[in-house]
Amino acid sequence: MFDYLQYVRQENFPHIWCSGCGDGIVLKALIRSMDKLGLSQDETVMVSGIGCSSRTPGYVDINTLHTTHGRALAFATGVKIANPDLNVIVVTGDGDATAIGGNHFIHAARRNIDLTVLLYNNYIYGMTGGQCSPTTPRGAYASTAQHGNLEPPFNISGLAIAAGASFVARGDVYNVKKLETLIGKALQKKGFSLVEVVSPCPTAFGRRNRMARPVKMMEQLRDTVVSVEKWEKMTDEERKGKFRTGILKDIEKPEFTAEYAKLIEKMRPEE
Amino acid sequence: MSNDRPGKVRMMQGNQACAEGAIAAGCRFFAGYPITPSSEIAENLSVMLPRLGGKFIQMEDEMAAMGAIIGAALTGQKSMTATSGPGFSLKQENIGYAGMAEVPCVIVNVMRGGPSTGMPTLPAQMDVQQARWGAHGDRGVIALTAKSAQETYEQTIRAFNLAEKFMTPVILLIDEITGHTTEKVIIPDASDIEIVHRKKPDEDPENYLPYRLTDECVPILAPFGTGYRYNVTGLCHNETGFPTNDSHDIQCLIERLTRKIEMYEDDIIRNNELMLEDAEIGVFAYGSVARTAQAVVRMCREEGIKVGLLEPKVLWPFPAKAVFAMAQKVRAIVVPELNLGQMAREVSLASECRVPVHKLGRVDGRPIPPQQLVEKIREVV
Amino acid sequence: MDRYDVRLSGSGGQGLILAGKILAEAAAIYDGRNAVQTQSYGPEARGGASKAEVVIKDGEIDYPKAMDLDLLLSLTQESCTKYSGDLKEDGIMIVDSEIVKYPPEGSFKLYAAPITSIAANKIGKIVVTNIVALGILSKIAGVVTEESMRKAILARVPKGTEEINMKAFDEGWKTGEELLAE
Ligand SMILES: Cc1ncc(C[n+]2csc(CCOP(=O)(O)OP(=O)(O)O)c2C)c(N)n1
Ligand code: SF4
Ligand SMILES: [Mg+2]
Repeated sequence: MFDYLQYVRQENFPHIWCSGCGDGIVLKALIRSMDKLGLSQDETVMVSGIGCSSRTPGYVDINTLHTTHGRALAFATGVKIANPDLNVIVVTGDGDATAIGGNHFIHAARRNIDLTVLLYNNYIYGMTGGQCSPTTPRGAYASTAQHGNLEPPFNISGLAIAAGASFVARGDVYNVKKLETLIGKALQKKGFSLVEVVSPCPTAFGRRNRMARPVKMMEQLRDTVVSVEKWEKMTDEERKGKFRTGILKDIEKPEFTAEYAKLIEKMRPEE
Repeated sequence: MSNDRPGKVRMMQGNQACAEGAIAAGCRFFAGYPITPSSEIAENLSVMLPRLGGKFIQMEDEMAAMGAIIGAALTGQKSMTATSGPGFSLKQENIGYAGMAEVPCVIVNVMRGGPSTGMPTLPAQMDVQQARWGAHGDRGVIALTAKSAQETYEQTIRAFNLAEKFMTPVILLIDEITGHTTEKVIIPDASDIEIVHRKKPDEDPENYLPYRLTDECVPILAPFGTGYRYNVTGLCHNETGFPTNDSHDIQCLIERLTRKIEMYEDDIIRNNELMLEDAEIGVFAYGSVARTAQAVVRMCREEGIKVGLLEPKVLWPFPAKAVFAMAQKVRAIVVPELNLGQMAREVSLASECRVPVHKLGRVDGRPIPPQQLVEKIREVV
Repeated sequence: MDRYDVRLSGSGGQGLILAGKILAEAAAIYDGRNAVQTQSYGPEARGGASKAEVVIKDGEIDYPKAMDLDLLLSLTQESCTKYSGDLKEDGIMIVDSEIVKYPPEGSFKLYAAPITSIAANKIGKIVVTNIVALGILSKIAGVVTEESMRKAILARVPKGTEEINMKAFDEGWKTGEELLAE
């Protein structure tokens, strides 16, 4: 069995997440990917915003920076540019990254700065008790959408692709092995890489949407997830109510800190 | 500024002097978002920093710029941002974060008129209270000011030194006049400039506590990536840096954030006094208005009115002792400022009703010319 | 010397800000005195009348903006009308004689010369109008030394244009001598 102890801050357990929350599954997948890649704990920084998801860094024994709501990417940009030798991982939520922090999200992607972003998408504001977020589906219930949500949701991966990220993948906490692989690929990528992780929130989302039992949410994940390969072969009719997971974009393009290093080199006075 | 000081003489704008001062202080990271009348600071640093191996980045907004300098500061870099009124408002949440997490950094606000978009190209001093109370929560604040390009150069260096020494964000408030006035600056030899660097931990990582309680009240934060693994958060935390709900820990933390500035007040506060010894009227003026006041002291003395000037170089912590001392000597205090009495209020409090405090507030985006202050003083006499 | 307040006025694009910087640098760096240069920014500086101000003094300069003007240069009628109110009774007004047709009445000394035409016709480049004006101004005002003016101009103008700018300054200086002799 994999030994997590080397990577976690035992003194901070038990964690704050509800039973049945998907966030702990992402944490474990992340730790295994870090271990597989041999990332140095001293040279890795994890930056998060505010939310249940953003509490992840507290449990990982590396350099951790828990910032303000929505601004994790801004802080992370400062860390990475100031010291490009550090591996910088950002953990954020659907609200943190695409509502209050939406501007930072698209600009970090556009800049293509070498950050690995794990965005836990639970379709809701978990921490504050279930208000709707930019990814809450139309018609779903939330504490601030008690008559059903009127707004259409963001497709987060699509947003990152359009904004210029060089690696975009979607995973989920039911298919954990696959999630681990996707996180590993994202960590290795030089450039802005996003893994959107669909992670259920039984407490704030499930209860209001006829999925109070965590198992129910997991089953729903199992039944709605389709791999990108399979998705290609499906008709529009078959795709209804499903979403795809896997690598959605993986391209090479100039990365910001590498370009900056070249600029410094060019400016260096000749001896 | 005397002509015979040693150093290289150059003509530059206050904003450029700020950039030069930052470089001299060791600043190697700047993040900003363009806004008049501060943009020349960013523009100058965008040229200078890459040449020195430093980093410049224009972020997507002021919240991002403030976040980025905090991130950079945690890797050990001396970091700065510069802005003006509207941007200063946007930075407040993360300025509060830097205060809470005790991250050293410098925020320059080249003040223009407000509220709101106000007067982008015209001077004001309307953000002096915002510098103190703009971010939510309770903590000690350091805010400096400068009245000339030379002082801007020197105060920028001092802002970095105080930030590093007290592990806190330091605000430098200049105004459009100072930022945009071109004048002589004497740049001293690098070896003549005092530079402070934050302390490094002397214990090994196993025994390290980032927010260890000490008599100094100032934490020692190891740069990220140097083997000390700890957590930084804006939540109330204990010595370990992890969030806490313990009432004793929280009380200790919040009290310390105020005390760590208060207990060093005498070190931090600096004033310039002009002919206060025998003065009957005391003028309290800061920033570009202090230049008007200097002229007025001389003009009034020629008329036979004994006027003296108390010019604070540090607005926060407020120089209450110096104001009280002045209040005991003079018959009245006049506070000219480019707002409707933001500092006059502090002066009234600090003078403890010993003497009347008269406001002279100008808010039309124009400087206070000497004649206007002279007339006010005549009226008071 | 007490403070000497100068205002250079005209319209945007006439190079008056640069002229102000050159004048201030001549006084502060090359003559070793103090000088402060300010200018109008923003909407006020777009089109219409624009100005640059220079205050020169031996000691410390307190109030940085020009107050009672010792010298006003005006290259347009609009700026002359708008900015001449602060001129001292015994001050100096220098105007472009072909453009400023109606200088205000007053006891100040008025010097008028076809500054823009001199640049365009005698030097052959209208862009050096500001340097011609600096030549006239420095001869008439006598607050900065000729040598420092030349050094300050050479330090500021683009490479390759030194000669034409010196020619412009000479022409201005000569015009200044003629105006003083009148
Ligand atoms: C400036 C600011 N506004 C609002 C909040 C309150 N708040 C905390 S977490 C949160 C939503 C978090 O949602 P999400 O990012 O989806 O994270 P989750 O808890 O669902 O993982 C909000 C609105 C805050 N902390 N700061
Ligand atoms: S509220 Fe939702 S997201 Fe937050 S810990 Fe509970 S289950 Fe997880
Ligand atoms: Mg969420």
